[in-house]
Amino acid sequence: MSIEVRIPTILRTYTDGAKQVEGTGSTLGELIADLESRHAGLSARLIDAGAQSPALRRFVNVYLNDEDVRFLSGLDTPVKDGDTVTVLPAVAGG
Amino acid sequence: MRYDNLLDSLGNTPLVGLPRLSPSPRARLWAKLEDRNPTGSVKDRAAFYMIAQAEKEGRLVPGATILEPTSGNTGISLAMVAKLRGYRLIVVMPENTSEERRHLLRMYGAEIIGSPAAGGSNEAVRVAKGLAAEHPDWVMLYQYGNEANARAHYETTGPEILADLPSITHFVAGLGTTGTLMGAGRYLREQKPSVQIVAAEPRYGELVYGLRNVDEGFVPELYDPSILTTRFSVSSADALRRTRELVAAEGIFAGISAGCALHAGLALARKSDACDIVVLIADAGWKYLSTGAYSGTLEEAEHSLDGQLWA
Repeated sequence: MSIEVRIPTILRTYTDGAKQVEGTGSTLGELIADLESRHAGLSARLIDAGAQSPALRRFVNVYLNDEDVRFLSGLDTPVKDGDTVTVLPAVAGG
Repeated sequence: MRYDNLLDSLGNTPLVGLPRLSPSPRARLWAKLEDRNPTGSVKDRAAFYMIAQAEKEGRLVPGATILEPTSGNTGISLAMVAKLRGYRLIVVMPENTSEERRHLLRMYGAEIIGSPAAGGSNEAVRVAKGLAAEHPDWVMLYQYGNEANARAHYETTGPEILADLPSITHFVAGLGTTGTLMGAGRYLREQKPSVQIVAAEPRYGELVYGLRNVDEGFVPELYDPSILTTRFSVSSADALRRTRELVAAEGIFAGISAGCALHAGLALARKSDACDIVVLIADAGWKYLSTGAYSGTLEEAEHSLDGQLWA
């Protein structure tokens, strides 16, 4: 089983420069934990574990098959084989 | 239609059906043509409202200097009004925006300060905030946090759409300052709670996302996610493909952000048996001709857009 995760330039220090890595899990939260096991430190850049309940950091956007996971189920969003997860920093437009 | 002057002709833009792109006669897409505004973009609404509000509050007096971070359309709109009203305008704009935008700004007499391409509009905002702190007499209208931006859409864009299409089921627009979606979205949901408000966010090349710490990102102060039903990320490749389809199938010559919104609109239309989806076309394609978006192969166009702020 594998889910493709696209990593923005600023986080590639955690992936040895790779722009794309693969992981497994049945939810986004599990997927990130799985990535953490091979790319130590990545999880802390994405998730604020100190909050009431763990949540994505404010300036990080994560998309499942191009849809913002904050409008799905956040870290509990189900993921499956063949999905693509894209991580991007929050930027301005206009 | 007759108006006393150009500024009075703001808004009341056409809502045009897309019979060839709509999946079926019951799943219909509609384009709201915002290029039919005084300086040719949806930003005229926000710009006019922000200036009017600042004048009303006494923040803007004749001879004042306006400062604004913008990737182009807002600057162009402000430049026109500033010219007519006698204000000086300084625009902070990323270097990776099309040459046409620079031409138009200079034509209206605006002064441009370029911000580095890497980091896109986040950098422009940062630079502008720094300049505003150094020049307290300059007036930064700040489209990303100015409620008059969203209010323009609450009072004009939203009501126009509902009046033209009471059967509306979805409203899709590009997400930048978030003003259009926050203002028109709030109005539409108040009037018709079942309407879905969907954001189409441009996904740029890597350069635009820069190299700064991920904790230094930027979320516009206007943004209230509770107004949105959902939010999609749309690649330059998909935006370009749809922009070209708009020309080929419907004859509409739109800017690239329109392709971005249309891509999301098409995804929604395919999921419904019956729907009336309004897609906001923010501007026409004139300012993007130099990017190669409308000529050559799609691959060449994608390549030329990489690193550009195309929305």
